[in-house]
Amino acid sequence: MAETYPEDLKYHPEHDWTRIEGEEATFGITWYAQDALGEVVFYDPPAVGATVSKDQPYTEVESVKAVSDVFAPLSGEITAVNDKLSDSPELINSDPYGDGWLVKVKLSDTAELESLLDVNAYKGLLSS
Amino acid sequence: MSVTLDLDPRSEEQTLTIYERSVEGRRAFVAPQGDEVPDVAIEDLLPRSVRRKRPAELPEISEPEIVRHYNGLSKKNFDLDTGFYPLGSCTMKHNPKLHERVAALPGHARLHPLQDPEYAQGALELMFNLQRALAEVAGLPHVSLQPSAGSHGELAGLLLTRAYHEDRGQHRHKVLTPDTAHGTNPATVTMAGYEVVKVGTDEHGGVDIDDLRDKASDDVACLMLTNPNTLGLFDRNIEEIASIVHEVGATLYYDGANLNAVMGISRPGDMGFDIVHYNLHKTFTQPHGGGGPGAGPIAVSDRIEPFLPRPQVVRDESGNGVGPVFRLDNDRPKSIGKLRGFTGNFGVFVRSYAYICSLGADGLREASEMAVLNANYLRARLAEEGVAEYLPIAFDRLCMHEFVLSGRGARDKLGIKTLDIAKRMLDHGVHPPTVYFPLLVEEALMIEPTETEPKERLDHFAEVVRSILVEAAQDPEIARNAPYTTPVRRLDEAGAAKRPVVRQGGGGNPGDPAEAAEHPAGATGAV
Amino acid sequence: MSRYTSATDADRKAMLDAIGVDSVEGLFAEIPKAVRLDRRLDLPAGMAEQEVFEHLSQLAARNRHSDEEVSFLGAGMYDHYVPSIIDSILQRSEFLTPYTPYQPEISQGGLQVMFEFQTAISELTGLPVSNASVYEGPSAVAAAGYLAKLETKRGKLVASRGLHPHSRDALVTHAAGFGMKVEEAALDGEGATDVDALAGLVDDDTAAVFVQQPNFLGTVEELGALGEAAKRTGALYVVAADPLPLGILEAPGSFGADICVGEGQTLGNRLDFGGPSFGFFAAGERFLRKMPGRIAGETRDVDGKRGFVLTLQTREQHIRREKATHNICTAQALNALAGVIYLSWLGKLGLIELGELMLRRTHYAREALGLQAINPGPIVREFAVRVPDLDGLFERARAEGVNPGYRLADTYPEYGDGLLVALTERRTKADIDRLAALVGAGSREGAAA
Repeated sequence: MAETYPEDLKYHPEHDWTRIEGEEATFGITWYAQDALGEVVFYDPPAVGATVSKDQPYTEVESVKAVSDVFAPLSGEITAVNDKLSDSPELINSDPYGDGWLVKVKLSDTAELESLLDVNAYKGLLSS
Repeated sequence: MSVTLDLDPRSEEQTLTIYERSVEGRRAFVAPQGDEVPDVAIEDLLPRSVRRKRPAELPEISEPEIVRHYNGLSKKNFDLDTGFYPLGSCTMKHNPKLHERVAALPGHARLHPLQDPEYAQGALELMFNLQRALAEVAGLPHVSLQPSAGSHGELAGLLLTRAYHEDRGQHRHKVLTPDTAHGTNPATVTMAGYEVVKVGTDEHGGVDIDDLRDKASDDVACLMLTNPNTLGLFDRNIEEIASIVHEVGATLYYDGANLNAVMGISRPGDMGFDIVHYNLHKTFTQPHGGGGPGAGPIAVSDRIEPFLPRPQVVRDESGNGVGPVFRLDNDRPKSIGKLRGFTGNFGVFVRSYAYICSLGADGLREASEMAVLNANYLRARLAEEGVAEYLPIAFDRLCMHEFVLSGRGARDKLGIKTLDIAKRMLDHGVHPPTVYFPLLVEEALMIEPTETEPKERLDHFAEVVRSILVEAAQDPEIARNAPYTTPVRRLDEAGAAKRPVVRQGGGGNPGDPAEAAEHPAGATGAV
Repeated sequence: MSRYTSATDADRKAMLDAIGVDSVEGLFAEIPKAVRLDRRLDLPAGMAEQEVFEHLSQLAARNRHSDEEVSFLGAGMYDHYVPSIIDSILQRSEFLTPYTPYQPEISQGGLQVMFEFQTAISELTGLPVSNASVYEGPSAVAAAGYLAKLETKRGKLVASRGLHPHSRDALVTHAAGFGMKVEEAALDGEGATDVDALAGLVDDDTAAVFVQQPNFLGTVEELGALGEAAKRTGALYVVAADPLPLGILEAPGSFGADICVGEGQTLGNRLDFGGPSFGFFAAGERFLRKMPGRIAGETRDVDGKRGFVLTLQTREQHIRREKATHNICTAQALNALAGVIYLSWLGKLGLIELGELMLRRTHYAREALGLQAINPGPIVREFAVRVPDLDGLFERARAEGVNPGYRLADTYPEYGDGLLVALTERRTKADIDRLAALVGAGSREGAAA
């Protein structure tokens, strides 16, 4: 997949993206993160109902040669996890913004949105 | 089972496992026949509840075919006796064959560890002498040979540290390690119940003294270091480092993986270290065995001595003038206890002791001098034009027994990564250096030739590197798809991690009900 | 120049010129003078190969080894016959001298050996996954404790007094780092783990329960009943097993063991005064990503050829660092090779035959000695008995070149007059009868006194 960063998403400096839908958000990792990791071989999702805190790691993604913490861009409670990734963790590489989503979260503090980066700011971070 | 035998080393036939070569009814073992006790039915001796119901599915194969099978497998391995093996941090120096002969002497090889010490004096004296020699090399007086490998020695060092602090009524929580530390160091810190705090590296490749000062507190139990470090650089500030650490009452631990650089030249005890571990399979020629056995003895200062593992090998002067008597001393009330069974990997001690006897004081020093000479020479060859712009050295100064290059030049200018260079080296009949370590250096190549390599092998390696770079400038695809001439080519490691098959008959999709029915987990190990 | 280096004066000069330094001494210029050793190492001078051989031979000659006495000494390591093919295969440079298979393309031999070894251990233990070795038995027990800590996050380990004293000791030593306490479950009056005592110690804070099979006294434990007690509150059930009798003993996996570890010396490894040998570590599928050490996995190369690689390396210290499942790096690969060769040599049926042979001899020995049994229940290769005059027996036996076994008083003071007698296929009926006669001589002397 070619390097891409969708316009409609918000980004976190630790290479995570979020798609906001009202008070719910979906989280995942960006193209840059999956490229640095290499082919993802294992993803053990966190539990539904668990709390995530902004800027804190909430799960890990594993490739052959590395393990990466995944950081929560926003705080909230996990309402859904992507089960498809147990059998096909490589979706994180091939479709990081679509079928490679990690968790859905009910947000606890929408004010946190302000601290996120838009696509241009994130791209600026990558090129620096 | 197919009848035709395909002898092409690259054919599928040659990757049959010993289980796939098995034929029902074949066997190698003949039970000793003579002089048997009266026959009794097994049912009369063991209740049904404990008897094996289903036999373990072990191979059924004749002895000649066992030999063919493992001989065939051996031919797919590259090894140190075959060629250059500059694996940084591993000290792949020649394994003298004398050592195999002495280790096999029945007095060593067939001796039971619980034999009455009166009848094991040769073994105990060997261990005592080895302890003494190791103590002299490290400059710390008290040695335990017990730990089974370097990692085990590291764990011993931190457990000793813990015992030392607690004996003084102190409960500390942190251990400092440099960001260049070998992975075993932080892993050990966690196993020993401490929190890892990383200390930075300065622009000369040594410990960042200011960062160390910032982080050294009375909650720090220990600083784990190696000197020279994993960049192959001697830390000139070692005395100040020791002073900072001791000022806050912490212990200073020496990871002996790099001892090959300084034997007879500088001693960790004199540098201020309190605890040292040795890797007998690195510095002291125990063959690496494809991944062990090794041994990781430790040496400690007086203040740490009471906590050493038990038993200790001690020497008493015998009263009747016959000579010293060696024994195992278990009366050690402050000992951290045992790290393992018995007293350690004695077979390894025999080999390392033979090495020390062979080389003696001057030989050990010469080994280190030549290790450092060889490394600097190879460093100089790889600093020549045509190589240096692609593989710049991480820190441009005199190195010790190893040095680290960065493959970022090759990546940016030629489009090949360190991994590709390593794989292409396989086609040239040399083992690649350690790659992607230390983490501090981008696209790292860690090169340790050791002292047993002659100059022409170093020259050849430099030429191999040069030729790979020249070739990549023409066509980077060659290296990217290397190797070509090895028994297998690049392997699908991602697949192996995603759907692990770790035994014969294992595998299939996890959660596949048909698979589960056919291979119940207790029996045949579907994963 | 020492035997193993090759630099002549000319080589040295050429190399120093290339480096741009005047002398070898100049290479060490960066080492501060204060930490330079300003004298020779205080060690003897080096010796010729012949002299080293003579010296090591003299040391060896002062040991009484297992070919020089009829020995019934076991207690964790056993005098089995090691077939000669193991010596010759292990001496092959391609197995002896490489390191860990970090470059799988040139390490297929070593990796396939690991795969075959893992398979054999899985078969013996009845558990689906095994690693490629750990150091040895007692530290393998400690490693199981570490996994239990990481998995359950609980604070306590319960170990049967039937575990080898070194295993119990190593568990306590390592547990000091894990921040866990170890409690001991007593043995009953017949030298087996007291199920009720064990059950009484198992609570919500228990991370793992450890039982040995056979136990240190040689008792065949009831793994099923012990397992039920062990797992009642969700603790992991760890069985430490001698692998050789697993030919005739039911596999720990069949009794619900979560982890099976043990000492591998009995599988094709020499006594070597206690090491090197190997430890094995097998577990249920759900622990695969939490296991310590190297694991070889099967895969294909770019041409579709079958091959093997180190897999799940993200568990290990070189990648995971402070979050690794264990700190182990170098393990016991060569000794594991000996193990899998041995199991191939014995074979599926030979392992059973050998086990039955040891079983018969062990029972014959217990009967022949005619002493009071400390553990009268089922045994397979070792048993404990009370000896009225233990010192007298050792004196008479030593004079005849017989080693009666292990004195239990050393580590089990409650069996002060106890002797642990081990049998292997090397101990013939005549050997056993000889020991019985020595024992009998004692009782005759006692009767005559």
